[in-house]
Order: sequence, then structure tokens, then C-alpha cells
Amino acid sequence: MFEQLDALLLARIQFAFTVSFHFIFPAFSIGLASYLAVLEGLWLKTGKSIYLDLFKYWLKIFAIAFAMGVVSGIVMSYQFGTNWSKFSDIAGPVIGPLMAYEVLTAFFLEAGFLGVMLFGMNKVGKKLHFAATLMVAIGTFISAFWILSVNSWMQTPVGYEIGANGQYLPGESWWDIVFNPSFPYRLVHTVIAAYLTTAFVVGGGGAWHLLKDRTNLHARKMFSMAMWMAAIVAPIQIFAGDMHGLNTLEHQPQKVMAMEGHYESHPNGAPLILFGIPNSEEKRVDYAIEIPKASSLILKHDLNAPLAGLDTIPDDEEPPVGIVFWSFRIMVGIGFAMLGIGAWSLFARFRKKLYDWPLLHKAALVMAPSGFIAVLAGWITTEVGRQPYVIYNLLRTADAASPLDAPAVAASLLAFVIVYFVVFGAGVWYILHLMHKPPHAGEYGVKRGDTGPIRTAGITPGPSQNPGDPDTLPRDHEEATDGR
Amino acid sequence: MDVNVDLTTIWAFIIAFAVFAYVVMDGFDLGIGILFPTFDVGPERDRAMNSIAPVWDGNETWLVLGGGGLFAAFPLAYAVILPATYPLIIAMLLGLVFRGVAFEYRWRDPGHRRYWDAAFTGGSLVAAMAQGMTLGALLQGIEVVDRSYAGSWFDWFTPYTLLTGLGTVAVYALLGATWLVWKLEGDSQHHARSLAKKAAWSTLVLMGGVSLYNVFLNAEYAERWLTAPEIYFAAPVPILTAVIAIALLRALSVDRHSKPFWLSIALFFFGMAGLGVTMWPYVVPPGLTIWDAAAPERSQIFMLVGVAITMPLIIAYTAWAYWVFRGKVADEGYH
Repeated sequence: MFEQLDALLLARIQFAFTVSFHFIFPAFSIGLASYLAVLEGLWLKTGKSIYLDLFKYWLKIFAIAFAMGVVSGIVMSYQFGTNWSKFSDIAGPVIGPLMAYEVLTAFFLEAGFLGVMLFGMNKVGKKLHFAATLMVAIGTFISAFWILSVNSWMQTPVGYEIGANGQYLPGESWWDIVFNPSFPYRLVHTVIAAYLTTAFVVGGGGAWHLLKDRTNLHARKMFSMAMWMAAIVAPIQIFAGDMHGLNTLEHQPQKVMAMEGHYESHPNGAPLILFGIPNSEEKRVDYAIEIPKASSLILKHDLNAPLAGLDTIPDDEEPPVGIVFWSFRIMVGIGFAMLGIGAWSLFARFRKKLYDWPLLHKAALVMAPSGFIAVLAGWITTEVGRQPYVIYNLLRTADAASPLDAPAVAASLLAFVIVYFVVFGAGVWYILHLMHKPPHAGEYGVKRGDTGPIRTAGITPGPSQNPGDPDTLPRDHEEATDGR
Repeated sequence: MDVNVDLTTIWAFIIAFAVFAYVVMDGFDLGIGILFPTFDVGPERDRAMNSIAPVWDGNETWLVLGGGGLFAAFPLAYAVILPATYPLIIAMLLGLVFRGVAFEYRWRDPGHRRYWDAAFTGGSLVAAMAQGMTLGALLQGIEVVDRSYAGSWFDWFTPYTLLTGLGTVAVYALLGATWLVWKLEGDSQHHARSLAKKAAWSTLVLMGGVSLYNVFLNAEYAERWLTAPEIYFAAPVPILTAVIAIALLRALSVDRHSKPFWLSIALFFFGMAGLGVTMWPYVVPPGLTIWDAAAPERSQIFMLVGVAITMPLIIAYTAWAYWVFRGKVADEGYH
């Protein structure tokens, strides 16, 4: 009995670990693919080389992030079968086809055009190359579409029948399954999150280079574009998140109860608990700082509207409150911090100090990785918040796992942890190394080979430190510190 | 063999096609990884890498279609095979992680390039071996009780699966070497050709070994291959395989460029057709036929519409991407 429980917990940790690591990369590459498409489009439209330089600067980073996303994504497509075989058998007829559509309409599109996007500029010409970039960007969006449809169906399952063999079978309409009740909200919220995440990485990179050299035109352009995104998209995201929350209240009320820390029902308007420490033993929030009736105002648009609490839910159907409560606050806190940076940048623009305000640049630098933290916190909120179910109200997580023994799952978990930290640690390091170099005129693209001088058409090479590729880490590490 | 052409049969062929496409296309990528240590450090390695850099990601996507397609069309098979071969699948995935990132990392970090080259080879070798052993574990049979894997931890580890694993490594090496014969020139091409000859002989020996083993492994398999009327359907497969093997060895002994690659694919196609004849109509021998494991008709139809629309497009733009990077790999690589 205990062994079974341990294997289950290990399988859950393994899924949480592999999917969290994986999602970091698409969260970045969905936004970056679109940013690259915008940059290349602006270059084609205006003919200004600064856009091409920025395109090539970020393309190198995109190549690394995309490779990490691909290899960690393949792991995910097999995790369902290796660790959650009961789930795969039972839910396969409904969600399997959606995932097959993701492969057919998104993965092939991205992968098929990626080679041309990375290496094909001189082979296919500008316009076809731009088309390839667009295909990759569209592919990342289509991929998000299908996988979020799958996830949303697991949160708000509709349109299914239960077969004689215990499987969930598709009902009359696939439309109902694909466009299940929480899907539109989750899709909008997640895709905007990816754009914001990328905007803050780009903005942080720009801010870093402005702090070193505020006259760098490429850094200025980068920073300015990112701050427009922050100023415009952060408020939209807060609105979209609010809509998503209302949708969750309608379909998964106990998730919202956990997010809000509402152990008790409030018949005459529920308070908004800003901070506090959820105490699951005593079923209350200790040291709560709360605004009376504000939760009812937000969730029901009425100060005195009654709101049910976890006391209305059987104990064995409650999600873990502490994790959901905290991760939700982290996400929301970062969202408002992003809004603040966006507003600050507008003010700086108004005062004509956008490139000349080190404090703003420092703040943007600090916020550079905030998008990743926010998206992970958001996913933790929604995934932990639907527990103890893997398919909401239908299939418990405990009934979904593979018939594996704990040592097998523990060994594979350990292997994933070691490999991921080594491999993706190195990849993140390489990305940071590329971002550390200032963007400049005559930026190199993605190159392969350091066997001879490589010239990108029409561009004078920079001073040669390494034969070939100046964006690689120097062979000699001491040289690296001296060089800067 | 009675073949009812129904949706389930169509789906079995679609999955088989995805697996074949994967094994051929990522096969030559992985084969180059397996052969990588035999290439000289410097231009020879760079050229070998550059010959697949623009296409490896698309090639690997067929693996996701094979896995995802199996999940969608035969969910029960997916739910049984993966736990049964758990350590192999995990090893394959981790191997593919190392292999995949090495494409980018080796260029970014010349100081540690030899480590990423080693990761490229190690990852490719582990992935190839694990895939071959998974195939062997499937062919030798998986114990299923009550819609779940019911065997023990190491059922997948037998002399037979080691043989299928090595056979897969040899086939991939052959595909990789003949791809390089096509894409390289000069000394590197000569080197690739000599590797291809060794890989071809290894492949033939191991394919023969697996075939003999299949006939003795399982009475039902033997019956299929050795008695009438089945033998009339089955016999052309080994005969054609032998004809192609001879043509391949001849093509490698003269100065051919693309022909050995295409003959290797043909050789491999008949090898897989042979396995298909051996397994049919089971998706998980000895208990689950394709009909036992099939998704309901609604799922099959929904996906078939998607396949019918997207597959021609996928093949078209994949072919275009290969066309863009056609010809011999130049010294300086792509830029």
C-alpha cells in the first residue's frame, strides 16, 4: 500500500519536474518566434538594417531555446504512457486525437521550416525566408492551441461518453471537446503570458546593454519595443486573467476557494485575503491581512454576494490549499509588477528619458526572468488546484498512474533531474553568454563551422577574436575574463 | 492473412508509415551520431553535422507522430508498451536530449566541443539501441492482464532484444554512412563509403540473425513464414531483401553518390515489411490485436480527416526543405 503511494508521488513529482522544465522553453520560444517575425517583417518593410541585426541577434538565442524545447517536449509526449498508462488508456480516445493534431499541424510545421529559418536566408531569398519565419511562429501558436485544448478538457471535460470498457469516448461533437468551457480563457491567458515573458527577457537584455552604453542604438530599439509590449499587454493580461478566474469559479469552484484561501463560506460577502498563512490543520488562514468583501466584489461584482468556501467540499476532494494560495499570489504579484514597469516606461517616454533613466533599466533587468516565474506559478495554481483529480471530477490522479514500482520511478526521476540540470543549465548559460554580448551593426546569423572565414552577405565582419564564429564561448576561459 | 480494410487497418498502416519514416529519416541522423567518433576532428565532423543540421528536427518529429499516433489510434497499446519497456523509453528520451542539444551546443562552446561531440555520439547510440530493443521486446511478446502491463521489471532484457538493438544500430549506421556518401565529396566521401560497407555487412548479418530468431522464437511466427499458403505472401520479402542487398554492395564498390542511400532505405523497408508480416494482426503480441487496442471509430475518423489534409502538405514542405539544402555540403557550412 505504502509502496503504491510512493510510486504515485514520485510519478507526480516527475511529471511536475519535466513539464515545468519543458514549459520554460516554449514560454520563451512562442513569444520569441513572433518577435523574430516582427523584426524580419519590419526589416523587409523599412529596409533598415537595425531590424536585421536584431533579428540575427535573437535568432541565435532562439536556436538554442528551440532545441531545448524540442528535446524536453519529446519527453512529455512519452510521459503519458510511461508514468500515466491508466490515464492514457482511459482518456486516449478523447485527448489522443487532439495531440495527434498538434503533431500534424504544429510540430511538423515548426520543424519543417526551422532549418530554412536558421540556415536558409542566402539559399531561398528574403521573402521565402520571411515566409519560413512566419510558419515557425504560426506553428508555435498552433501547438499552444492544441495542447491547451487538451489541458483544458482535463480541467473542464465535456462532450464525452463512458464506454463499456471504462474508457472516455468522444461524443457527437469534437467541436465541444476542443472548445471546452475553459479553453478560450486558458489559451488567451497562456499565449499572452508567453509574449510578456519574452518581452521582459528582451527588455532586460536591452536594459543591461543600456546600463553599459546608453548610446547603443540596437539596445535602445530592443528596450523600446519590449517596453511597448509591457505597457500595452500587461493590462490586457490582467484583464484576461480576471476573466479566466471567473471561468474557473464557474467550473472549478474549489480551485478558486483554494486560491482565495476561503476555508469558510461567506454568506454576506467574502473578504479578499491579501496575505496570510494557510493552516490546513485548523482550516483557517493565520495572520490574514484582508480587505472585507473585496473577494465578492472581484468574483461576483457585488460586495455582499455570498461565496461558498472549502467547508462545502468533502475533505477528500479538496486541493492542497497552501501551494495554490501562494503560487497564485506570486503570479498576480508579478503581473502587477509588470504593469508597473509598463506604466513607468510610458512615463519615461513622456519625459523623454526612456534611454536615460538607469533606475528604470535596473528595474527592467531585475524583472527579466519574472515572466518565467509567473508562468510556472500560474501553471502550479491551475494544476495543483484541480487535485485530487487529473480529469476534473472524473478520474483521480491516484487512479491514473502506471503499474510501476517506486524504485523504477525514483531512478528515472533522478536521471531526469541530473540530465536536465546539466543539459539545460548549459543551454541557459549559452543563452546568457549570447545576451551578454551587445547587439551591434553587422550582427552574425547562425553559423556552422569555424574552419574558415565565414561572411554573411554584404556585411563587414567584426574584429576577429576567434576564427569563424565570434559568438561562441572562447576556447580559453581566462581569455574570456580578460576580454571584457 | 485476411486483411479487412477497415479504419483500424488504415490506422495500423499510418502508424507503420510514421515509424518507417522516423526510422529512415532520424535513422541517418542517429547513424551519423553513432559514426561520429570515426570522423576527424575539424572539417570532417563539421561537414557531417552540417549535412543534417537543417533537417534533424523535422526528422525527429516523426517519432512524436509515431508515439502520439499510437496514443491516439491505439491508446491501449501505448498504455501497455511504454510501461513494459519503461527503462528503454527513458533511456531513449535522455539519449535524444543529449543528441538534440549537441547540434547547437557544439558550435557555441568550442572549449567543450569534444564533450558535446561525445554527448552527440553517446545520445545517438543509446537512442538507437533503446529503440531496437523496444522493438525486440514488442516482438517477443508483452504480458497483459486487465488492460495493463503484467510482466516484471526486466522482461525487455533478453538475448533477442540485444540482437534487435544491435541490428538497429547497424541499420542506422548504414543509413548514416550512405547519406554521407551522398552529401560529402573527396576523402570524407571515401571514408563514408568504407564505413558504409562495414555497416552493410553488419546489417545483413544481424538482420539474418533476427529473422532466424523470429522463426524459432514463436510457433505462430514460424507457421506464418514456413507453411502454405502464408509462405506465398511471405516468401517474396526475404527474396527481395537479398536482391537489394546485392545491389547495395555493388553500388558501394563503385563510385555512386545517392544510390547506396536509396538502396539502404529499400533494404530497410523490406526488413520492416518482414517484421510487419511477422506481427500482423497484433499490435502487442501475443494478446492484443490492432482491433483490441483501437480507439473508437469517432476518434479514428476525426484524425483521419486531419491526416488526409495535412500529410500531403507535410510531405511537400519537408521535401522542399530537403531541396533547399540539396547538393554536397560545402566546407564553410550553412550561413
